[in-house]
Amino acid sequence: MTAGLTTKTVKEILVDIDKCTGCRACEMACSAYHATPRYSSINPSKARIRVVCDEINDEYVPIRAGDYTPSECNGRHIYTIGGKQYSECSFCGASCPSRDYFVEPDSGLPLKCDMCESVPALEVPMCVKVCGAEALTYVEREVKREEKEQVKRGEIEIGLESLVKKHGVQAVIETMAQISKGLKP
Amino acid sequence: MRYAETGFNLEIDLSRGSIDKVETDPRDTELYLGGQGMAAKILFERVPADVDPFSPDNLLIFSTGLLHGTPAPAANRTVVNTFSPQTNLMSHSLFGGFFGPELKYAGYDRIIIRGKAPDLVYLYINNDKVEIRDATHLRGKGTTETGELIKKELNDQKVQVAAIGLAGENRVFMASIDHNHASAARGVGVIMGDKRLKAIAVRGTKELNIAHPAEMFEICQDIHLKMAASSGCGDWMADDEDDSFHHNHFAWGNARKRIKNYWSDELQERWTRWKYDHMDRQTGCYNCPKKCRNVMSWPGKPRFGYKCFGKDTYHMAAFLELDFSYEILGIAQEYGVDSYATPQVMAFALELLEAGILTDKDFPDMPADSRGRFFYLLEKIVRREGIGDILANSVSHAAKQIGNGAEAYDHNTVKKFEQLPIKLGKVNPAFFLMLATGEKMSITQIEGSFPQDPLPTQEERDEFVKKWEAVPDDKFKEYFRNWKKKSEISDEATCDIVEWNEAMHYIDDAIGTCGFVSSFRGQFGGAVPYHVNNIPGIIALATGMEMDQQKLWKTAQRIRALVRAVNVRRGLRRKDERPPEDHWAVRNEEYEQNLLSKYYEFKGWTSEGIPTRQKLENLDLGYVADDLEQRGILKIDASATAGRPSAETVTG
Ligand code: SF4
Ligand code: SF4
Ligand code: SF4
Repeated sequence: MTAGLTTKTVKEILVDIDKCTGCRACEMACSAYHATPRYSSINPSKARIRVVCDEINDEYVPIRAGDYTPSECNGRHIYTIGGKQYSECSFCGASCPSRDYFVEPDSGLPLKCDMCESVPALEVPMCVKVCGAEALTYVEREVKREEKEQVKRGEIEIGLESLVKKHGVQAVIETMAQISKGLKP
Repeated sequence: MRYAETGFNLEIDLSRGSIDKVETDPRDTELYLGGQGMAAKILFERVPADVDPFSPDNLLIFSTGLLHGTPAPAANRTVVNTFSPQTNLMSHSLFGGFFGPELKYAGYDRIIIRGKAPDLVYLYINNDKVEIRDATHLRGKGTTETGELIKKELNDQKVQVAAIGLAGENRVFMASIDHNHASAARGVGVIMGDKRLKAIAVRGTKELNIAHPAEMFEICQDIHLKMAASSGCGDWMADDEDDSFHHNHFAWGNARKRIKNYWSDELQERWTRWKYDHMDRQTGCYNCPKKCRNVMSWPGKPRFGYKCFGKDTYHMAAFLELDFSYEILGIAQEYGVDSYATPQVMAFALELLEAGILTDKDFPDMPADSRGRFFYLLEKIVRREGIGDILANSVSHAAKQIGNGAEAYDHNTVKKFEQLPIKLGKVNPAFFLMLATGEKMSITQIEGSFPQDPLPTQEERDEFVKKWEAVPDDKFKEYFRNWKKKSEISDEATCDIVEWNEAMHYIDDAIGTCGFVSSFRGQFGGAVPYHVNNIPGIIALATGMEMDQQKLWKTAQRIRALVRAVNVRRGLRRKDERPPEDHWAVRNEEYEQNLLSKYYEFKGWTSEGIPTRQKLENLDLGYVADDLEQRGILKIDASATAGRPSAETVTG
């Protein structure tokens, strides 16, 4: 079977932590941009970007908020880059229970970076615009990618069947229930 | 709704252990803006003139500036005010970083601290939750160390902490309050220590409202990007390795000796290497694109951050090289001492030893080399051990206590406060007036808008004024165009220049903007992002108040006069307004006193430097005039008080 090629625009914010001074202007601006009405109030704790101080290295790392996760990672990686160690958390954008970043302080609901999508669109996202130190840069890339073949239903059936054979029906049902609890509708 | 400010004070009484959130009167904001302006009003109203700085009735006020927390870039200077045991006058101190904005987001414009705790405590502010917590386990801990420990204890890395070190705990007069690597100098740590308050930790997650949001954001965005691109603001010393200016011109030791050709290429290269081999990074303050602070790790010593002339004071006092400053700064910063005043106290002590006024018996087991001696003295001072107990009271007080001719070595203080060691040839008239009459105690907090030196050619001067946006009035352009020789400038121009220089600091310290992008920086190059012509518009957009250049100027003068009144009530008079006798080699007493009289008159002050009723009333400070009259400080002027109840009928 052949799949068609589609073009997609990938928006990226490049982060140069060597340039970040930890000034938190990005937090200020993001919170202003997402206030209603726009810019009417400032509150960095509502920003979708947080400047986190990497505790092992003592470097400032601006992190944009990604998806909500109900559980924290069990066992985190420590990476060595150029002779310096970094905790995985220092780069992770998840709104996660192990820290209070990316949680709306009043409602407790998770916050997520929306790349400042708006009508009319901004030339560059707010956080990038205010970063005078040029630690943040915005790039758009066109990527062509193959459309993934839809997995045929039969394959899931085969897979499930083998799981049932191995673990029993009850265990699979319970696991399914467990997994689906954590999934957002 | 209140805009740009929260409308609440946090009132803490450490003696009673009480915590109150008190709503403020928006009319006061109109008159005094915030920061030092509001603090001066509070000190005037609530601390009687005879209260001893070490009394529980002395207040220690941490203020945000009016623009803190708004999109205004570089609005982050937290202002600390109290009464100082060193000068017995109002202490005025500032520190950069993140504390002030965080306090606003927690819902408070300022913290007013009264009383004394029975033992060491710290204040924890988390929005509406405010606690006075035990801090006995933090006794003796360093300033940044305390910040780290508190963050761990509260399990919150986003908390902003301001703390004192051992020096503050021991009521050393030169003690500072430190936050990250920013330092509040000029005599405030001693009172925090006296109140047994080790630290304040703040976390805020509330909204701050802006009156005209979209316009405010746009204007600030514009200034922000200009600041990022401009070399006319921020601390150029963070990157400029040529520091011949301070080393060839400022005096070494106890403000004593100038070494005119000290600087050399070889030295610069060596020092530059020391710096970059040990610099971790450069950091900035909240919502500012500059990075003025160099963060250093010197082997075997605590990490520290420095700005500006702060890297020179220790080695210049000790006649050593930069590596010595790098060695001692981390330790000194953790102890929490003012890096401008402290080295002078130490150099003063060593001069007394050399002169035989102090003897070896006063310095038991002191090493023989300068390096060792400075480390030794630092330990003695912060612990108040032996001679350190006297030296910890600053140069002026120590000189009196030691006696036996020591007073003659106290030759670099004004109003009992240590000054920058600038000993020059001829008087620069504006600097004479600023040093004499300034009440922010350090010249760096008074000078700054009008250039320090004339430009050599007429073309250069003409060119300079063409691009000069910051001037409050075109007359300053004329003054500059016609200014050829440093000491030759009319008295009229001198008075105007001093008033402008001062006014910008009074504005910055009320709205919370950093001097490096405003009041201090214009003297070097003229192109500052904030000036008296654009600040009014920004205040209006942020707060919704009406504001224009004239009104802002008047507000600055109002705060200036109020600060003067606060100090006049505590005894400040003309006799105290003398720059050190050896500050310039050539002096002319008659000319200087004449200039001082002219300046007093220009300011609307009496020949003793006391604001007149008429001046005070013009500045909406009639209540201050009443008070000064009741105390007999101002004579009651029958014509001016016509129709008003006589002051004699009111008891003072
Ligand atoms: S604005 Fe830029 S330099 Fe400042 S904290 Fe954010 S990423 Fe870092
Ligand atoms: S891209 Fe926009 S939404 Fe995302 S972090 Fe930056 S300012 Fe916030
Ligand atoms: S100019 Fe420098 S000192 Fe001033 S706020 Fe910006 S980073 Fe801080």
